[in-house]
Amino acid sequence: MNNFTQPLGQPLDRVDGQLKVTGQARYAGEFTEEGLLHGSVVSSNIASGRVVRIDASKALALPGVIAIIDHTNRSKIASYDEPYEDADSAEGSPFRPLYNDRVLYSGQPLALVVADNLELARYAGSLVVIEYETAEHQTDLLKLQGEAREAPVDLPKPRGHFQEEFAGAAISLDLNYSTPIEHHNPMEPHASTVLYQGDGSLHIHDKTQGTQNCQSYVQKVFGLEKQHVRIFAAYVGGAFGSGLRPQYQLVLAVMAALSLKRSVRVTLTRQQMFTFGYRPRTLQRLQIGAAANGRLLAIAHTAIGQTSRFEDFTEHVVEWSGMLYHCDNVQLTYKLLPLDVFTPLDMRAPGAALGLIGLECALDEMACALAIDPLQLRLINFAERNQNEDKPYSSKALRECYAQGAKRFGWEQRNAEPRSMRQGRQLVGWGMAGGVWEAMQQKASAKARLDHHGKLTVSSATTDIGTGTYTVMTQIAAQASGVSVKDVTFILGDSSLPTAPLQGGSFTVSSVGTAVQQACEALKEKLLAVARQTSAAFAGVTAEQAVFEEGHLTFGEARVALAALARDSGEEAIEVQVDAEPDKKREAYATATHSAVFVEVLVDEDLGIVKVNRVVSAIAAGRVVNPKMARSQILGGVVWGIGMALHEETQTDHALGRHMNHNLAEYHIPVNADIGDIDVLFVEEHDEIVNALGSKGVGEIGIVGVAAAVANAIYHATGTRVRDFPITLDKLL
Amino acid sequence: MNPFHYSKPDSVQDAVHLAGPASRFIAGGTNLLDLMKENVTRPEHLIDITGLPLREVSETARGGLMIGALVSNADLAWHPLIEQRYPLLSQAILAGASPQLRNMASTGGNLLQRTRCYYFYDASVPCNKREPGSGCPARDGLNRIHAIFGASAQCVATHPSDMCVALAALEAVVHVQGRGGARSIEFADFHRLPGEAPERDNQLADDELITAIELPAAGFADCSHYLKIRDRASYAFALVSVAAALKVVGPIIREARLVLGGVAHKPWRDKAVESWLTGKAPSRETFTAAADTLLQNAEPLEHNAFKVKLARRAIVRALSDAAQGGQPDE
Repeated sequence: MNNFTQPLGQPLDRVDGQLKVTGQARYAGEFTEEGLLHGSVVSSNIASGRVVRIDASKALALPGVIAIIDHTNRSKIASYDEPYEDADSAEGSPFRPLYNDRVLYSGQPLALVVADNLELARYAGSLVVIEYETAEHQTDLLKLQGEAREAPVDLPKPRGHFQEEFAGAAISLDLNYSTPIEHHNPMEPHASTVLYQGDGSLHIHDKTQGTQNCQSYVQKVFGLEKQHVRIFAAYVGGAFGSGLRPQYQLVLAVMAALSLKRSVRVTLTRQQMFTFGYRPRTLQRLQIGAAANGRLLAIAHTAIGQTSRFEDFTEHVVEWSGMLYHCDNVQLTYKLLPLDVFTPLDMRAPGAALGLIGLECALDEMACALAIDPLQLRLINFAERNQNEDKPYSSKALRECYAQGAKRFGWEQRNAEPRSMRQGRQLVGWGMAGGVWEAMQQKASAKARLDHHGKLTVSSATTDIGTGTYTVMTQIAAQASGVSVKDVTFILGDSSLPTAPLQGGSFTVSSVGTAVQQACEALKEKLLAVARQTSAAFAGVTAEQAVFEEGHLTFGEARVALAALARDSGEEAIEVQVDAEPDKKREAYATATHSAVFVEVLVDEDLGIVKVNRVVSAIAAGRVVNPKMARSQILGGVVWGIGMALHEETQTDHALGRHMNHNLAEYHIPVNADIGDIDVLFVEEHDEIVNALGSKGVGEIGIVGVAAAVANAIYHATGTRVRDFPITLDKLL
Repeated sequence: MNPFHYSKPDSVQDAVHLAGPASRFIAGGTNLLDLMKENVTRPEHLIDITGLPLREVSETARGGLMIGALVSNADLAWHPLIEQRYPLLSQAILAGASPQLRNMASTGGNLLQRTRCYYFYDASVPCNKREPGSGCPARDGLNRIHAIFGASAQCVATHPSDMCVALAALEAVVHVQGRGGARSIEFADFHRLPGEAPERDNQLADDELITAIELPAAGFADCSHYLKIRDRASYAFALVSVAAALKVVGPIIREARLVLGGVAHKPWRDKAVESWLTGKAPSRETFTAAADTLLQNAEPLEHNAFKVKLARRAIVRALSDAAQGGQPDE
């Protein structure tokens, strides 16, 4: 190798960064055209019942109001469940906006006002009078938890003899935790701009994590030809899971565009961002038994989550308790309680962010009961294999996370005694937790095209929800093709591009990255074939012998520009498209990312005020494609984890059946002043099994375990164990 | 937001002559615009007062300061005379909102902030403050952030301002101008308790405009402290706040001011406790006894009983820090 810098592993700035900070990157609700109409959603204020009458006369009387669409006058939409099912559907009967007179939850869209401008549409919406027939509703999981039923999921079967081992353990703990509803609240609200084309087809700019998911949904729900629906999402201002399923503003905007044969935009208000999917409230019970030497003898994890009356939303809350530690006697239970609410939705590290609160707080409680250091307890019970699947891990550098994280944090200085550390008026607490997330891979396709100027364009229908997909795909393409980063353009966010899965679950690098890599490998084969035919110097050169770098193909002294090969090919450009699948060799292994999180809190004991002063997050996620992007992902996850521990909670008035703190002044997320030092480190983890890149994805792992680590630090500081999240100051007085 | 007429008068006289029951004055708009977007407030006429000559901070003949109603919260907090003579006020202002909001928000407007009660802000549920007679779901609902003093059957909301808590402690005077002339209102009388008319936050008539806030000479610069306790470190309203100001001569408290925020429909001042503190030694025991006395009449709701305990500790902390010279002992 010469001085050529390998693109993979470089802390490249975002390739789209300049467009974003200069306002040139356009988001779904920012596209416009002459005559664009604006829709405003009118929502229900009861949680259950039916609409008797919608009086829109005052609104319709306003000049500039074009239409008011409700269940009585909407255009035809599908009448079976199947067309409404999407790539992230829960079991059941998906919600259908404006389908009939039934009110299923408070905040449900009941009408769309369409007007010449947004201000008028919103004002007109305030004049729409809805008469209801109200029915009884239930929204309180805590009150009705006894009515929960088994969730329709395949959990790992119970192993060993939990009851006997739990009963006979030297220490056995039976602990209950609760976590609140949380809403995603990306900065960019959900919006759909439907541009009605001359031929009646629809170009839709949508806030989504899956353009093809939305395309297929719109096509099926409205009975349209596939080629008549094209979805764009070039830039997405955060999503965190809220864009995994097609949201109701998309249906309403399409409905209006089709019936008016006009272009229409619908943008939700911040308040309406609290009227669809969310992280469900959970009640968790952890029963843990251990021997005096710290060996875990028995674990039972039971979680009850809420769901809607129409779908069974399930996520992996309890599975982690059967895999993060070695334990031969495990019993996992997951129940659901349907309520008069909207269906929950995957939110960053869905399930794991919740289940690891229970598991990792319980481990800390066990460490205290055993008088064993919490980190030591985790090492004693280190799991070499995933016992849920009875498979070895493709790689698992969690021990290195523990060791390097502890060293960076200074964990060995910790006095185990709660309330033993002080700094002026403040009690100081040190806590830690582990984290785990599955390293998944989905099928994905990508196209690579090299033109006569040596410019490489790679494309796939994935999105970039702010994670840095544009940038890391550019790096992967540059690395795999030998074209310089500056000559590579990655295109995404268009349903007409090669197939990509939803952007979620931390599997985009693994799935789309693999497709990009394979497309570029295939491109090189084509280039080499051209070289062999057109240049004697390359005749007989094998793929292994050929060196592609800095936009050139070299073999010994022979060197040719890739642009020249593109020209020599006789084609307009050299183009390949590949369909990539997870490698078969993955099947014999469990694949996961891991983390160890160390937290220092300062607690003002008199006033209950908690400050997270310091966090060290050590991550094992395979090869890091771009340390800058990856660090940003972990920083965001840690901040959110702090919010889960201390701040975030959607508050529901159960008498009204309605979320009440539905704005960002009253729904608290951490502000800058809440965040202290966050130190992110990535440990070396070499993995040849997970995928050819050796990279596992870092979107979720940063948040997992953080809330538990904060809670454990608060206990260490104060001696008070709070099991009801978030840990607001009133719980520490 | 409803359609409205807009005027921008040049003089206070013109402004008050334009005003009526369906009009609102607008300066920074940091609260009013939010309320309009949520259809909580639906004025027919907005009178933009940002062109009025109300931006001066000047010294009064009585040794105090006269603050024009349009002085921004940021300019006021960082004004040298305020920092030097009234650090309590400066601290209180900087404890509120965010730098962006403080840059926009006016002194007069700060007094007219409306409650952050969730039910008040959601126009699709009942609220006696928003729709008199519609009911108060907060009384038996989500009332963790609500009042522990002075509430009524009709309303349990709190006043959200930090600045006003300090102004109450400093015994500021509110100068207002109406069509009938000018008058001044003692700060303690400016805001009202909800009683039977929770829709009314204060004593202003429809045509009256706040023109200035006057601070008396006594600024308690040596011994004062504003302590705000909230659910996150910034950009959150007070669960409980305390403005504590003492005049300590030798070993004795000669004068005390003690006002709580976040606990009532107005800044909550207890003059009996202030009198009791006078003549006592500034000790933890004294402050604890004062706090206990002040809080014995608290009437917590289902979810805000913690405010009683929190306020007790906050009072002790704030008075202790005030006695130490106002700097928190970290």
